[in-house]
Amino acid sequence: MSVGEYIRESQIWRSIFRHPAPYDRRNRAVVMLTNFFLHLHPVSVKQGGIALSYTWCMGGVTFFLFLVETLTGVLLMFYYRPTLEWAFTDIRALRDVTTLGIMREIHRWGAHAMVITVWLHMYRVFLTGSYKPPREFNWVVGVLLLVLTLLLSFTGYLLPWDQLAIWAITVGSNMARATPVLGHEGPGFQLLNLGGYDLITNASDARFLLLGSRFVGEETLNRFYILHCVAIPLVVATLIAIHFWRVRKDGGISQPL
Amino acid sequence: MESHPDLTVSVIRGLGWFYLIVAVMNAFWTYRVFRSGAHYNSIAGFKDVPKAATWGLYTVVLAMLSFAHVIVDSTPADFLFRLPVGFKNLVDVVIANPISYFAVSMVIFVAMILLRRVWTRPTVAWVLLNIAMLFLGVSMTDYDFRQIVGKPDNVPIVGMLFLVGFFTWLYFYKSVENDRRIAAGEPKIEDEQSEQVLVWPDLVYTEMICMLLLTAFLIAWGIALQAPLEEPASAVKTPNPSKAPWYFLGLQEMLVYYDPWMAGVVLPSVILVGLMAIPYIDFNPKGNGYYTFEERKFSVITFLFGFLPLWVGMIVLGTFIRGPNWNMFGLYEYWDVHKLEVLNNVDLSQLFWVDWLGKPLPRPDANASALSQAGTIFLREWLGFALVLAYLFILPPLMAVTVFRSFFVKMGFLRFMVLANLILLMGALPLKMALRWAFTLKYIVSIPEWFFNI
Repeated sequence: MSVGEYIRESQIWRSIFRHPAPYDRRNRAVVMLTNFFLHLHPVSVKQGGIALSYTWCMGGVTFFLFLVETLTGVLLMFYYRPTLEWAFTDIRALRDVTTLGIMREIHRWGAHAMVITVWLHMYRVFLTGSYKPPREFNWVVGVLLLVLTLLLSFTGYLLPWDQLAIWAITVGSNMARATPVLGHEGPGFQLLNLGGYDLITNASDARFLLLGSRFVGEETLNRFYILHCVAIPLVVATLIAIHFWRVRKDGGISQPL
Repeated sequence: MESHPDLTVSVIRGLGWFYLIVAVMNAFWTYRVFRSGAHYNSIAGFKDVPKAATWGLYTVVLAMLSFAHVIVDSTPADFLFRLPVGFKNLVDVVIANPISYFAVSMVIFVAMILLRRVWTRPTVAWVLLNIAMLFLGVSMTDYDFRQIVGKPDNVPIVGMLFLVGFFTWLYFYKSVENDRRIAAGEPKIEDEQSEQVLVWPDLVYTEMICMLLLTAFLIAWGIALQAPLEEPASAVKTPNPSKAPWYFLGLQEMLVYYDPWMAGVVLPSVILVGLMAIPYIDFNPKGNGYYTFEERKFSVITFLFGFLPLWVGMIVLGTFIRGPNWNMFGLYEYWDVHKLEVLNNVDLSQLFWVDWLGKPLPRPDANASALSQAGTIFLREWLGFALVLAYLFILPPLMAVTVFRSFFVKMGFLRFMVLANLILLMGALPLKMALRWAFTLKYIVSIPEWFFNI
C-alpha cells in the first residue's frame, strides 16, 4: 500500500472527503455534490457554456479578485489604523519597511482590476443577451454589484490619507451637495423647512451623511473605513451568493431554459 | 541637458524590452501565417511569395529596433528614434479640442460597426494591435506623454483600453461569423458546442489555472509597480487639477456640460436605472446565449454607444487629456497651469431676451411676493422650460408614431415610454455638447436662485 493510498484510506481523510477520488465518471459527479465549495457548480454543463472565448471568464475573475481583496484587506487591517495620526504613516510604512507590505500593492491593483473586470463581465453578459428571460432579475442584482464594487473602490481610495485620496473623495463627494432637495446646494432644498428655518444645511444634508462632517476629515475616514471593511463587503457577499444561486436556478449563465 | 528630457537611458532601455515583446509576439504570428501556407501570387516579379515572409521581415526589423534600444550608449539627447514634432503637434491639436475629439471618436465608432467584416479579419486586427502598441511605444519617448500615462493609477486604464479593444474585437469576430451562418442556415458556433461535459475536470481545472495565473499576475504587478502614495493629505493644498477616482472621470467630464445636480446625481442615477431596466425593455427574444449583431442591432448599438464613446471615451478624456483648470491638453503637451481658454458661454434666456429680442433680462423684484418672483423667473426661462418639456414629453409620442413605430406596437405604452426617456436622457449629453460647441450655450434653463440649471 502506497503512502497516498494509506492516507486516503485513513479515517481522518474519509471523514473529510466522503467519497473516493474523482477518477471515474461516477465519482466526478459525486465530488461536485458532496463538496461544499464545489456544490456551487452543477455536475455537468454544456461545453459551449464554459468555453473561454464565449464566457471571457470575467465574472469568475471578478469573484476571485473579490476573494483576493478580502484576504489582502484583512491582512492590511491588522496593520493599518484609520486615524489622522496614523493612517498615512501606516501606509508609508507598509510601502517602505513592513514585511509583506506588498499586500497593499496587490490590494490596490486588484481593486483597479476588479472594477475593470466587472465592466467586462457586464459587457459579455450584455453581448450574449444573457440578461434575457429568465435571467432579468439576476442582471439587476449584477448592476447592484457593479455599483457596490465602485463604492468599495471609492471608499478604499480615501484610506491612505494622502493628497490623492482626500482630493479625489472631496471631488467625488461634492456631488452630493447638489442632490435635489437633500443637498444644501441642490435644487429645491428650500422646500424642506420648518417655520422659515432650512432643515437642509451643510451640516445636515446628503453630503454630511456621507462624510460625517462638512469636509473630508477624521469622521469621514472612520465612516469610509467601516463602509469599506465591513458594511459594503457584507452586502456584496450576500448579493454574490444570490447572484450565483440564481445562475444555478436559471439553468446556467445564458441561453433560454 | 534639457530639464525635462524626452529620452533617458532607462526609458530607451525600457522601450527596447517593450519592442522585444512586440517582436516575440510577431514571431509567433509569423509562424502562424507560415503554417497556414498563405502566398502572394506575385510580388515585384517574384511568384508565390509566402505571406509569412513579410511578417518575418517586420519581426526582424522590430528585433533590430529592440537591439538598438537595449545596447544604447550614446547620449540620450542624440538618440534618433523619437516622435517628429509635426506629428505631435497634429495629434495635440486634434485631441485637445472637444469637437475634434468627439468627432474622431464618433468616426471610429461608426467605422467599427460599418467595417466590422473587415477589421474582424485576424490579419487586419493584428495590424491594428501592432499599430496601437507601436503608437504607445513611440509615444513613450515624449516626456509629457510619459508623465501622464505612466502615473501609477493610470496604468490600469491603459490595460483596460487594450482589454476593451480585444473583447470588442472578439464580439464582432464571433458575431460576423454567426450572422453569416444564420444567413446561410448553418448551425451557430455555440450550437456546435452543445455536448454536456463534466464540471470536474473540465471547468474546475480551468478555474484553478485561472486563479494561479491571476495570482502570479497580481504579485508580478505589485512588485513591478508601486501603488501610488503622494504627500500626506492637506486640506489647504488643493491640487490642480483635482480629479475623482479614474472610474468616475466620465461623470466628472459631464460637469463641463451640466451642473452637479444633473451630472453628479440625476444622470448617474438614470444610468443605473437604465442599466437595470435593460432586461425589461429589450423585448427581442433573439440573441440569447450566442453572439450576434444582425439579430439585435438596435440594442447592441445603443449599449456600445453608451459604453465605448460615452463611458470609456470620457474616462480617457478625463484621465489623459484634462489638465490644470480642467483645460484640455494634447497627449504630448506640457500641462501648463497658465494655459488660458476663453469661456464666454451664455444662457438660453440671455440669448432669447437680450440677443434676439433686444430687451433686458426680466429680473424678479426682491420686494415682491414669492409667487410673483417665481412668475418672473418662469417668464424669463419660458423658452428653456418649453424646450426641455418638449424634449421629454412631446418627443416620445412623436417617436412612437414615426421612427419607433414598430417598437411602440410591440412594447406597449409603459415599456416604450421608459425606453424613449432613457434614450433621450442618454442623448442629452451629446446634445448639450453639440449645443455648447455650436452656440456657446451654457444653460438651457438657468435659475441660479434655486440652484436649478439645466
